[in-house]
Amino acid sequence: MTSAIEVRNLRCEFRVNGGWFAAEKRVIAVDDVTFRVPAGSVLGIVGESGCGKSTLARLILGLLKPTAGTVLVDGKRLFDLDRKARARLIQPVFQDPFASLNPRHRIKDIVALPLTAQGTFSRAEIERRVAQILERVGLSAAMGERMPAQLSGGQRQRAAIARALVLEPRIVICDEPTSALDVSVQAQILNLLADLRRDLGLTYLFISHNLAVVEHVASEVAVMYLGRIVERNETDALFRAPGHPYTQALLQSVLTPEPGRGVPDIGLGDAMPDPSNIPPGCRFNPRCRIAVERCRTVAPSPMARPPQGMVECHLA
Amino acid sequence: MSALLEVEDLVVTFGGRSAAVRGASFRVEKGETHCLVGESGCGKSVTALSIMNLLARGGQRSAKRMSFAGTDLLSLSDREMARLRGNRISMIFQEPMTSLNPAFTVGSQMAEVLTRHKGGTRAAALERSVELMGRVGITAPEMRLGQFPHQLSGGLRQRVMIAMALMCDPQLLVADEPTTALDVTVQAQILRLLATLKRELGLAILLITHDLGIVARVADRVSVMYAGEVVERAPTAELFRSPQHPYTRGLLSCVPVPGRVQRDRPLGSIPGVVPAIGPGFAGCAFRSRCSQADATCEHEIPRRQAGGTHDYLCRLAPQVSEPQPA
Amino acid sequence: MSEPIAIQGPLQAPLTSRVGMTGFAIGIAIVGIIAVAALIGNQFVPHDPFTQDLGNRLKPPFWMEGTQAGHLLGTDQLGRDYLARLVYGARISLLIGIMTVITSGVIGITLGVLGGFFGGRVDDAVLFAITTRLSIPVVLVALAVVGLMGSGLGLVVATLGLLLWDRFAVVARATTMQIRNLDYVNAARCAGASTMHLLVKEIVPNIASHLAVVATLEMALAILLEAALSFLGLGVPPPLPSWGLMIAEGKDYMFFSAWVIMIPGVALFVLVLGINLVGDGLRNLLGSERLR
Repeated sequence: MTSAIEVRNLRCEFRVNGGWFAAEKRVIAVDDVTFRVPAGSVLGIVGESGCGKSTLARLILGLLKPTAGTVLVDGKRLFDLDRKARARLIQPVFQDPFASLNPRHRIKDIVALPLTAQGTFSRAEIERRVAQILERVGLSAAMGERMPAQLSGGQRQRAAIARALVLEPRIVICDEPTSALDVSVQAQILNLLADLRRDLGLTYLFISHNLAVVEHVASEVAVMYLGRIVERNETDALFRAPGHPYTQALLQSVLTPEPGRGVPDIGLGDAMPDPSNIPPGCRFNPRCRIAVERCRTVAPSPMARPPQGMVECHLA
Repeated sequence: MSALLEVEDLVVTFGGRSAAVRGASFRVEKGETHCLVGESGCGKSVTALSIMNLLARGGQRSAKRMSFAGTDLLSLSDREMARLRGNRISMIFQEPMTSLNPAFTVGSQMAEVLTRHKGGTRAAALERSVELMGRVGITAPEMRLGQFPHQLSGGLRQRVMIAMALMCDPQLLVADEPTTALDVTVQAQILRLLATLKRELGLAILLITHDLGIVARVADRVSVMYAGEVVERAPTAELFRSPQHPYTRGLLSCVPVPGRVQRDRPLGSIPGVVPAIGPGFAGCAFRSRCSQADATCEHEIPRRQAGGTHDYLCRLAPQVSEPQPA
Repeated sequence: MSEPIAIQGPLQAPLTSRVGMTGFAIGIAIVGIIAVAALIGNQFVPHDPFTQDLGNRLKPPFWMEGTQAGHLLGTDQLGRDYLARLVYGARISLLIGIMTVITSGVIGITLGVLGGFFGGRVDDAVLFAITTRLSIPVVLVALAVVGLMGSGLGLVVATLGLLLWDRFAVVARATTMQIRNLDYVNAARCAGASTMHLLVKEIVPNIASHLAVVATLEMALAILLEAALSFLGLGVPPPLPSWGLMIAEGKDYMFFSAWVIMIPGVALFVLVLGINLVGDGLRNLLGSERLR
């Protein structure tokens, strides 16, 4: 079976001007990332801000060109596909529904864009499909006539989902789709995404900083740190027995609504990761509380971890 | 004993139009962490700003009572309020970058707080800055004094804001979503710091947040806000054990809890959106989204007691606690 | 689903002051009245702007002694009705203002959006064009061109249009850069939209409000420049009644019949003031609207 998404040795660098007198800096946003997402499954990607997870999403969507490596979507090389073919395969849902809908267009025109861009659908067909998908995501036909500013955050995100699905793509890249929403609305959107995936057989790449959300939606989870996937495993296994100290710290830092437990001490220190200055050895070693000498000099290579995963840590 | 901060029937309007806060009442006791929790637009931040008298232009506040340590805040002049702010009541915000002046070093901004309120030399103020930065867990504080805000990470900036807020030994710290802009690992560190400061300095904290996880872990008492009203007030443990207001219950069911996930079952959710509340709106603001609403919800809603210090705004009788579905 | 959230947050407090809005309203009223006068004013003026009546030369307007009934604003040195000429001149001024803004807008916006959107070499070229244009002295070049090639309405519009596009380009480029990486542009890219669609449908509508402010400034400038050129005899050829030309023709008589230059002068001042008030008002209105 072909994978819905396959990423091989993907690398993305940016050059950043340091200012008037500083030297140009090289920021490595994504560093040699390899993974596959089987069709019909959900890969969750978690990590803190600046870990490269949004860059990864943009690479897979073709919005950025990688410095090296390949992206295969449905078995085809992403950059061999023209923009229309790409749009039929893979679609995004972005984080902030206030930024992802053009404020000057009506909702139904926004949702229809993937169809009109194909140039092969009749106007009646477009109308019919837009009406159908709006209903499917829980928006009334009257909402289609409105401008984005007239909708609430949750309704906007529904519209963004409708736009992503109107061409019936196989794969949807969800980049923090609920982190700009209130919890009660977040739950509505997560439930909608889960229903749609089941009914339409979609594959999701689900990027989030919220581990609880990822645990709820993903079948497999990858943890990113400074541009690399440091651990990947089936969701239950990863949450039950995290192998990487960073994964452990992330899991500990989730504040569940359980009174009286206090705030855990995760002991990561203040050394915030800086993608323009990646430390030698294991890139997590300055913040790791169990780091040994070898971690400061030798970069760990991926090691298999049952049942299906891998971890990059000398001590796991 | 009278409370440190007492707010009764606070109403805040903007430009005479719809009210952002519609009769909020709560008390913050000395040395406790009190959480105002609610979703965006519920009026929790406006409540905090109106306590500090920092409402945006056009904002009007009125209340039956708003007192801080026996002082009536409503009767204070702007100058008297300015003397109180940053001195006996301090506030920290969600995005520390916007509350620090990018053109001045961290040290000079911190020292200015002390010299403005308490006088004294700049050298003494800088000494105190170093001491407090150490206290809030900033490494190499002498070096940080000479740095500019943009040279610090988000977590460090929030620590600087906290140290700055502590310069004059305040009795109350108002923290408006202090960790929302931060990563989860940094959030845990900042919340731990706040808990330590509260314990060691006897500081009372009014913490405004949308995150029930934070509420559960740090609050002593909770006020749940919805559409400009405090719909439920309770000690934290009791609120999570037996929530009474349907909104509180709904909110709790929406939160996915790690380790207790049933992936094939939908999350609980609250249908619909917050309604438009115009002038002359009466009754329960939650009724359009409530599964138990009926015609009586369109009238004045009584505040019911569900225990000595637990009350809520709903016509339904208190229910005995039941285990919450995950 | 019920109505969207309508509870006001602290940041939504009214930002535009009442004073600013009054200015906006006055500006709209001024420009509106002058535009209506230019379009249909000649229907209500009983005289033709070109008919000379040498027996009735330099009759003063109605508020002065010795006024001639029927000539509300008096007559000029050739006995032509001043009100008719003023109304016809408004047409010329607005026509030149609008045509210049359209010409320069098309050039400037195209260059600015292309540079801002594509960046890299394209942007370098656009920046070079802007820099080159900024190093050209507008008035001197306009004088030279019109002086060499003779005067005429079309020539004035073409010259000013080719010289006044720089501010459009600068603003279009900067605003395009701000929004080209926003998620709605990214989403349209992912939807398979063509580059043309991205530029015309996603970018331009969202920078249009900023360009409208520039358009008012440029229009006021174009009208003033046309008046200056006409005053020097290099703009609109006589007997067409441009306001600048009216001032030029009247300047010999200004010590004895001051109104012949005061009336077109005041008209010019009021029109430019009105356009600038509209521009200020637009900027105030847009200031409270975030660029997304």
